[in-house]
Amino acid sequence: MKKLILALSTAAILSVASGAAQAATKVCFLYVGSKTDGGWTQAHDIGRQELENHFGDKVETVFLENVPEGPDAERAIERFARSGCELIFTTSFGFMEPTLKVAKKFPDVKFEHATGYKTEENVTSYNSRFYEGRYIQGKIAGMMSEAGVAGYIGSFPIPEVVQGINSFLLGAQSVNPDFAIKVVWVNSWFDAGKEADAAKALIDQGVDIITQHTDSTGPMQVASERGIKAFGQASDMIEAGPKTQLTAIVDTWGAYYIKRTQALMDGTWTTQSTWDGIVDGILQMAPYTNMPDDVKQAAMDTEAKIVSGELKPFTGPITKQDGTEWLKAGEVADDGTLLGLNFYIKGVDDQLPQ
Amino acid sequence: MRIELEKRPAYSALFSMLSPFIALGLTIIAGAILFTALGKNPIDALYSFFIEPLTELWSLHELLIKAAPLILIAVGLSVCFRSNNWNIGAEGQFIMGGVVGSIVPIYFHEWNSFIVLPLMLIMGMIGGALYAGIPALLKTRFNTNEILSSLMLVYVAELFLDWLVRGPWRNPEGFNFPESRSFNDSAVLPELFPASGGANMGIIFALIATLLTWFMMRHMLKGFEVSVLGQSARAGRFAGFSSTKMIFFAFLFSGALAGLAGISEVSGAIGRLQPDISPAYGFTAIIVAFLGRLNPLGIFAAGIILALTYLGGEAAQISIGLPDKVARVFQGFLLFFVLACDTLIHYRVRLVTAVKARTEGEGAS
Repeated sequence: MKKLILALSTAAILSVASGAAQAATKVCFLYVGSKTDGGWTQAHDIGRQELENHFGDKVETVFLENVPEGPDAERAIERFARSGCELIFTTSFGFMEPTLKVAKKFPDVKFEHATGYKTEENVTSYNSRFYEGRYIQGKIAGMMSEAGVAGYIGSFPIPEVVQGINSFLLGAQSVNPDFAIKVVWVNSWFDAGKEADAAKALIDQGVDIITQHTDSTGPMQVASERGIKAFGQASDMIEAGPKTQLTAIVDTWGAYYIKRTQALMDGTWTTQSTWDGIVDGILQMAPYTNMPDDVKQAAMDTEAKIVSGELKPFTGPITKQDGTEWLKAGEVADDGTLLGLNFYIKGVDDQLPQ
Repeated sequence: MRIELEKRPAYSALFSMLSPFIALGLTIIAGAILFTALGKNPIDALYSFFIEPLTELWSLHELLIKAAPLILIAVGLSVCFRSNNWNIGAEGQFIMGGVVGSIVPIYFHEWNSFIVLPLMLIMGMIGGALYAGIPALLKTRFNTNEILSSLMLVYVAELFLDWLVRGPWRNPEGFNFPESRSFNDSAVLPELFPASGGANMGIIFALIATLLTWFMMRHMLKGFEVSVLGQSARAGRFAGFSSTKMIFFAFLFSGALAGLAGISEVSGAIGRLQPDISPAYGFTAIIVAFLGRLNPLGIFAAGIILALTYLGGEAAQISIGLPDKVARVFQGFLLFFVLACDTLIHYRVRLVTAVKARTEGEGAS
């Protein structure tokens, strides 16, 4: 037993020594899901790998996956901070409070929290305008759908998801003003079984296009079994539906991670709150497939207009679900309203859970 | 030749002591093989699992934070299980404890008083106990299977909490995100040694509950009643004990402790209500209860050890890049070996050769 303890402590000293010898910038990532989930977390992990490839030996990355939101997250973030991480990305909304709590204790470490709204001296919040991609998807759905009804698989009724539903519908209504959406909430970000069940239920109700704000490929597989079209989410899901996927919103965090790590190395890192869009490269559209050429052309034109800033998805006139006016003709929604969006627009066949 | 398990005439005191250590040895050997097969240095891996979390003060604090709810719930469950009542719904009672205990800091969020915290804790216990009372009532009234009813009520509690934090209890200044207001200072469970880490009063509650429950089971009539009714309801009735009352006692007791764990977690470690307040503590505690052989003192140790493997799993992910799934598999090894080695307490392993087996048939031993 003594020998074992001796061996263990020697190993400890060695590992500490080898850690100190490296002068690379240590960048750490906290994941809520598995890094091979095929969706949200995988997209962040690809970003992490791009960061490593970009800087080579100059950075060292570490990640923790499947970390529940709550005290476990707080401990994991503190562990990062104590193990020498200089820049820490926490990639789920529920990590916001734990990130802030730990950040207070470690003023010299920089933190970046995804999809939240609070910032501090050493805590940045970053987000992606996913809804821009949703608008393009809606446009495609409006042209492709014969039923005029799309099925939307929602995770949680938070503003980010509500933005997506409304934006998708606005895109579709720009083609077909009577277009409607049916929504099913699965109350999970990743639950292949539940998501697939939701897809089946929606298809049985007569929708002929499925889109999702959840992370598994379950709905894509169901859509391909039933012979209808669908959109991928967070990662390119073309492998799950080679004849089914029209396009996918692909989260491309790598560019952002490289930019922020560079800023840290240059000493120019400051706190900020960013909400980047397609134009900044934080999200991309997967290749437009399984659609006629005119639809493809329309999708590409829409994307180009969003990139150039000519088209803003949330531009009036827009009527709320209850029939009251939200935006007057030509009026554009401000970011503050969008970040707290908690109502549907006209044409959503669902009651927003309140 | 074959291997046979033979029941011992009496349980073995020797193996009762030895079996945890045999289990630990087997876990280390199996783990070393696993880590080597994955191309990781087994010594590094075992170091991160069992030693690293214990080398730093802050990490010891985290260990106590993680262990406290597991111990509190498991101690309550041990009484329930010993009385032959199968409460599988501690997760739901934990959640309802958190919900009911949060009524005060959410509705009276500007009320700063020393009464707030005790009130929250008491309400949390009541919430957990009443919620556990439902399966007890169903069992005594309609003879409903308490395993199913208590388990299904977990999902009801989860959805109820989810509805609350998305609806009526949502923070009005929180951009519609699903969480309640942050509790004010008088509603937060104090930290024990704020200078060195975040461990809060929760572990003290766990310690008190452990000692009191141990005392009750060992030295009080109630403990005797639990054991008698648990082993034979008929014998209990001859002694004048009521199984109906026992069902209520067992469920209310375990529910109250789960509720206390819930409100302690919400108030101490989280500081607000949110859709997820438990990484399945209520279910993990069932493992802890059996790992501690349904003995409160054993449960305290088992809770600490299980918490250690969680922390160790994280440490191993960071220091040697061990995948999360492998860390869970290793945790599974530990549980498997501990429970398997307990077999040695009541059984002995014998190698039986063909010849010997034949003579045994003739009555020799």
